[in-house]
Amino acid sequence: MSRSLNRGNSQPRWLFSFVVVVIFFLSVLPLGRLAATGISSALQGGARELLSDPAVWQAVYDTLTTSFLGMIAAVILGGGFALLLTLFDVRGKTALGFLFMLPTMIPPQVTALSWIGMTGPSSALLKAIGMAPPLGSPQPLYSIGGIALLYGVQNAPLVFLSLRAGLLALPRDGVEAARLSGASSWQVLKDIILPLSLPGFVAGAAIAFVSCVGNFGIPAILGIPASIYTLPTLIYTKFAAFGPGTFADVSLLSGLIAILSVIGLTVEERVLRGRDYRVIGLSGQVAMFRLGNWRLVGEFVLWLAIFVTLVMPLTALVASSLAPAYGVPLTPATATLDAYREVLFRQAITRTAFFNSIFLSLATALGLLVVTVLTGYYLVRSKSRLAPVLSALAEIPYALPGIVLAVALILVFAAPISIIGISIYGTIWIILLAYFSSFFAVSLKPVVSAFRQLDPSLEEAARLSGAGFGRRLTDIVVPLVAPAAGASVILVFLIACNELTVSAILWSAGTQTLGVAIYNLDDSGSFNLAAALSVLVVIMVIAMMLVLELMAKRLPKGVVPWRS
Amino acid sequence: MAKLILNRLSKAFETGGRPAVNDVSLEVRDGGFLALLGPSGCGKTTVLRMIAGFEQPTDGSILLGDRVLADAGEMVAPEHRNMAMVFQSYALWPHMSVADNVGYPLKVRGVTGERRTSKIREALAAVRLEDYADRRPADLSGGQRQRVALARCLVTEPDVVLLDEPLANLDRHLRQEMEETFREFHARSGATMIYVTHDQAEAMALATDVAVMSEGRLLQVASPQEIYARPEGRLVGGLVGQGAILTWPAASVNERLLDWATLQQLLSLSHGTDCADILVRPQDVEIGVEGMPATVTSVLFEGERYSLKLTLGDDQVLRAFSRRPVKVGDAVSVVIRSAWRL
Repeated sequence: MSRSLNRGNSQPRWLFSFVVVVIFFLSVLPLGRLAATGISSALQGGARELLSDPAVWQAVYDTLTTSFLGMIAAVILGGGFALLLTLFDVRGKTALGFLFMLPTMIPPQVTALSWIGMTGPSSALLKAIGMAPPLGSPQPLYSIGGIALLYGVQNAPLVFLSLRAGLLALPRDGVEAARLSGASSWQVLKDIILPLSLPGFVAGAAIAFVSCVGNFGIPAILGIPASIYTLPTLIYTKFAAFGPGTFADVSLLSGLIAILSVIGLTVEERVLRGRDYRVIGLSGQVAMFRLGNWRLVGEFVLWLAIFVTLVMPLTALVASSLAPAYGVPLTPATATLDAYREVLFRQAITRTAFFNSIFLSLATALGLLVVTVLTGYYLVRSKSRLAPVLSALAEIPYALPGIVLAVALILVFAAPISIIGISIYGTIWIILLAYFSSFFAVSLKPVVSAFRQLDPSLEEAARLSGAGFGRRLTDIVVPLVAPAAGASVILVFLIACNELTVSAILWSAGTQTLGVAIYNLDDSGSFNLAAALSVLVVIMVIAMMLVLELMAKRLPKGVVPWRS
Repeated sequence: MAKLILNRLSKAFETGGRPAVNDVSLEVRDGGFLALLGPSGCGKTTVLRMIAGFEQPTDGSILLGDRVLADAGEMVAPEHRNMAMVFQSYALWPHMSVADNVGYPLKVRGVTGERRTSKIREALAAVRLEDYADRRPADLSGGQRQRVALARCLVTEPDVVLLDEPLANLDRHLRQEMEETFREFHARSGATMIYVTHDQAEAMALATDVAVMSEGRLLQVASPQEIYARPEGRLVGGLVGQGAILTWPAASVNERLLDWATLQQLLSLSHGTDCADILVRPQDVEIGVEGMPATVTSVLFEGERYSLKLTLGDDQVLRAFSRRPVKVGDAVSVVIRSAWRL
């Protein structure tokens, strides 16, 4: 009989090394390198030069203003939706919730394009209904306010989710007790519910702020034409005008973004400390308050908000994609599918982009799954004190804005890899690596929730049956976490396919992704082609979200990000 | 097959505090049925998990015959121990049919084809579940799931079968039925069985030996009859069977089984003698015309008799049975026919 040094743990010894190596390469190495470059260039006086550049301070100012205003817009929109949908007896909650969550999954540059198509003098939609402003009048969205508004729309779902999770975990009996003490609905709302849901509000606001700070797609499309630069777009332009000091500058700038993000994330972590709301969430809870005669009004307001923030921009996007050329009025006679033919069949660049994005997303989703099943297994089963540390390290790359990670990877891989002497900079592989790093946490989360739900005795029974680690994994563990693993694959594919920030920095000729293709088409003035490509992307997003929605019943709580 | 030996077994968890298992030595004879009895948190489940190999002892060793299964330095992985276990949650794999669940240990051992099918059929027949082979565990009732888990143990002829509070999730009716199944299973398989429970009635009914644990320590190991008649110490006396523990001036006598005459005699020369704990079973308390005065403080009708709580003159509580009805507050006289010095 074989005797082993196995300390009663169910895992083979190589698993720990595997997890450590994975987390080192995906998280510690790039971020450590970024920090090292940032600190060393700051010490060498690079910081003084950079910080004396007024353009940098303008970018910091604009980043903070747009993010702060965007956060307020997100809190108003997302908070209002969460309160109305969770606490009151409005009808069609599932549909409203799903539609409200859509913007967060639509790539930001597509959101920006669709809003441009809805406003301004060249709007195909406004022209078609004869309401376009006169030619030559400015596009109102090319402004601080425009960027902030779109930040708000894009990130309102984050506030919605955070607040809703808090509201669902509210003690029902506490509310009922207040009712019995004679409090009116309004008093209960004011004295009990709002104070208790404050952490959800604050956490949602903080996370929306972080997301605004790191957003690239919206300020790239709305800001650059008006010479408004936020920190991510400033980094992008620094790369575009590549010079000797570029690496030092961008590492300092992404350090700034990282610091702003860490402040926001710390606020979030503080207010949510000790509240594992996903576990307590009571599903299928009935509404606490009846709106009575006001119900119709409430429902009208909710649907109006969906109409303005989602239906109208997307209609405008479709209209722009059907217009024969930018600025030509759209009528039934002029409508054409030329743009679709062009992006799907004629343009080599868009076809390459389709191919690249699908390849990258599939490779990321499936490759990461193998890594996360093993890592998740270790993180949940290990009794080691290192496990929480490793788990936190795995989370960081996704929590930080994508642009920070992209810069970090460039720093690591700009020179050829030391031992093998091959350079992956400028190839598709550096994007793949960046995706692995960025979406590691996205892929890990559903798998970890599934492992946590798995009764350990199921595996212990298999051990006593004589099954070794590999055998248990294939026969017992993987089949049981399969639904969550499926969700993880779809989620990563969805997010990777729509990604722009990382690939905008890392792409080169032949390795452009869908996000980059849309941005470049718009940048070169082919607005209708950009719109057509965006419509295709939105259709894909909605289709995959629907698949996840249908799977949601079989998944552990918290796996599908827009359901709580 | 061979004897299972726990040799000065200890387990301390990293969280600190007192050790979960503290210096437990125990021998289970080949083919024996040992019940590990104790209140929750006494360490009995940790002992079981160490025998299975899910936890490693921090001190001491576990031997099966002359083969060392585990000590503080090394241990044989559970998959190489040839043991089987019925878990409290049954631990049936929801994605496999009943037959696949039962046959999995065979599959892992490379048993295939007709031999596997016939072994599975035999095991399912032993728990009377032949007709359920193609069902999923989710379609079965609690008792049926329990029997599937048992069949899974049966199928490989393990050296040791471990049962972790297997009846805790069943209703009373099913418990009796399952107790019968376990006894049958033990007789048929001849395997050494270790049964963890906090229910003393269950332990007494099933086991050939009962080991009582408390706060990580082993208090007493004996046959059910022995442990009922001659418990060692307050904890075992309180845990096994019904009974009341009284403080009596009995420290000076050598005998442990005391009759009414001795008890009365001790009471009369009480001054200057040290007190000891004595266990009085309710069937040994007679209510009659003579004896010590007592007051009835509670009456519970149990069908065949009344179960009483009595308070003695010095506020000590005694349990007794009565065939005829009495009322709370009645003054009675009691004779203690026999008591056991703990």
